[in-house]
Amino acid sequence: MNRNTLTAALLTAGLTLWAASRAQAQTEIEIVRDMVPGMTKPVPVALSGFTGEAKAVLEFDLFVQGFAFVPPEQAQFLISGSNNNNVQGRLTDRLNGTTLLSRNYSGASLRVQAHQFADEIVQAVHRIPGIGRTRIALKVDFGQTSEICVADFDGHNPRMVTKDDSLVAAPAWVPGRMALYYTSYKLNNPDILYHDLGTGNRTVFSRRPGLNTSAAVSPDGRQVAMILSENGRSPDLYVSNSDGTGLRRLTSTPTDESSPCWSPDGRWICFATRMGARRVLARVPASGGDMQRIATEGVMNPSEPDWSPDGKWIAFTAQMGGFNIAVVPAEGGRATILVAGEDPSWAPNSRTLVYTRRVGGQRILSLLDVPTKQTKDIPRISGNNSQPAWAR
Amino acid sequence: MKITKIAALFILALLVALPTAGCRKKPANVTPLPGQTRGTIGDPGAEGLGAGGTIADGGAWGADSLTGLAGLDTFEGMAMDRGALAAYTVFFDFDSSVVRAGERGKVSSVAAELRNRPNTKLLIEGHCDERGTEEYNRALGERRALSLREALMREGVSGARMRTISYGEDRPVDPRSNEEAWARNRRGEFVLLLP
Repeated sequence: MNRNTLTAALLTAGLTLWAASRAQAQTEIEIVRDMVPGMTKPVPVALSGFTGEAKAVLEFDLFVQGFAFVPPEQAQFLISGSNNNNVQGRLTDRLNGTTLLSRNYSGASLRVQAHQFADEIVQAVHRIPGIGRTRIALKVDFGQTSEICVADFDGHNPRMVTKDDSLVAAPAWVPGRMALYYTSYKLNNPDILYHDLGTGNRTVFSRRPGLNTSAAVSPDGRQVAMILSENGRSPDLYVSNSDGTGLRRLTSTPTDESSPCWSPDGRWICFATRMGARRVLARVPASGGDMQRIATEGVMNPSEPDWSPDGKWIAFTAQMGGFNIAVVPAEGGRATILVAGEDPSWAPNSRTLVYTRRVGGQRILSLLDVPTKQTKDIPRISGNNSQPAWAR
Repeated sequence: MKITKIAALFILALLVALPTAGCRKKPANVTPLPGQTRGTIGDPGAEGLGAGGTIADGGAWGADSLTGLAGLDTFEGMAMDRGALAAYTVFFDFDSSVVRAGERGKVSSVAAELRNRPNTKLLIEGHCDERGTEEYNRALGERRALSLREALMREGVSGARMRTISYGEDRPVDPRSNEEAWARNRRGEFVLLLP
């Protein structure tokens, strides 16, 4: 090849790569704008060859990440395989026959293998990580007392992490770490404790007079927002460093603030408050400043907000008669009610929510895929289940 | 000039192409998964809470130091008497922490009791009915307790003698789900603290 041909080839290659990357960026933006909560059709798939627990895991995991199970002739993808000793499976595009995945798992357990396979299917089709190996923390209420529990996102392998015979509330994960903050009345006051789940060691993080509750850790793990009432006027929003130093008061209202959550870029804290007579969602710069209302048009009495990890949505409870799970664009606007329930927490995938559902006199947790509105209950753990927090 | 550009493009093309060329071969067809799930959880925090955690002083806040709550240590070692002021439990309207006109007599009675027993202190518990979400109710319960504390301060009781605890909706007196039960649960209870 002579120099001119080589030059032409390299230039062409360079231009093609550059153009492809631009096109990809544009496609990603379009996909984002197209997500209308509750209006996305699930991806139709057909499962074959799986049985028992492996089948149950695949069906559960895929359903809450926006897949629906149909006869093969209606499916976009075929998921076939077996689980005799180990899970093996293939993901095939039914229309053009290409095999997108072919896997043969070993080790761990059948359940873990099935979760892994589901995750890889989600990655291949949705191009986002699956949630099959993620965890939640929750409050288990025994009537007179309550304890903190950690479980797989689907409610399996639950583990009580407190044994205090008192009351607890509002577990919150430290991002990326096996550690929780939660409210505990063990010391005869609602205090916020820090709990290292690996070692079991706990320390008192905030024990100011009055209320200490609703801890929320900043995305970089360096700060903790919380609701305190030591000012003696009303519960307000405060932030401190995660070592407890540097306490700053962010709101100073005569009404009660509650349920702070951080924007994923760490710049804002969103919370529930009141403006005039109306209950609203608001946000305040984490470094301090004026609070601004976040409009939630079309619904009333918003509370318990949670900001999606991709920054685009705020999920919250709208109380109108009963309790409803709603989402609103993070900058505020028209809210969409999705399902009856309360206290939502986003999965790392920014599409699945875990929330609490009141059924008769009991509380259970449930999962909701926001784009498709598909829901699935989590089997009840021991007592009433509420206040779930998804580890992110 | 030309040569430098060619070299740069060549390097660029290589850098982009290499990762997709699949340099590393995967093991034949099997995806092994580790036996232990990542992040094992230790046993429940057993005996005590570690003393290590730094807690900033719940201290002065300038203008609010007049109303700011007294430290918890100032209430330590006192015995609780739930019966002494049980008759004066104050009830609240739904979603409100305003002390209704009809309830203010009870506040006056509590103030009078505290005047008669100057060595005592007061624990004010705030409670809610179940018709709110849990953290919202925990904050509302606290505001109810603070509202009663403020009302008592207006009757001359020193703020330093009073502490507040909110139980949100965790401690109903009536477990039923009807208007009567809810009205009974939306309350502030006064617990006399004896030295």
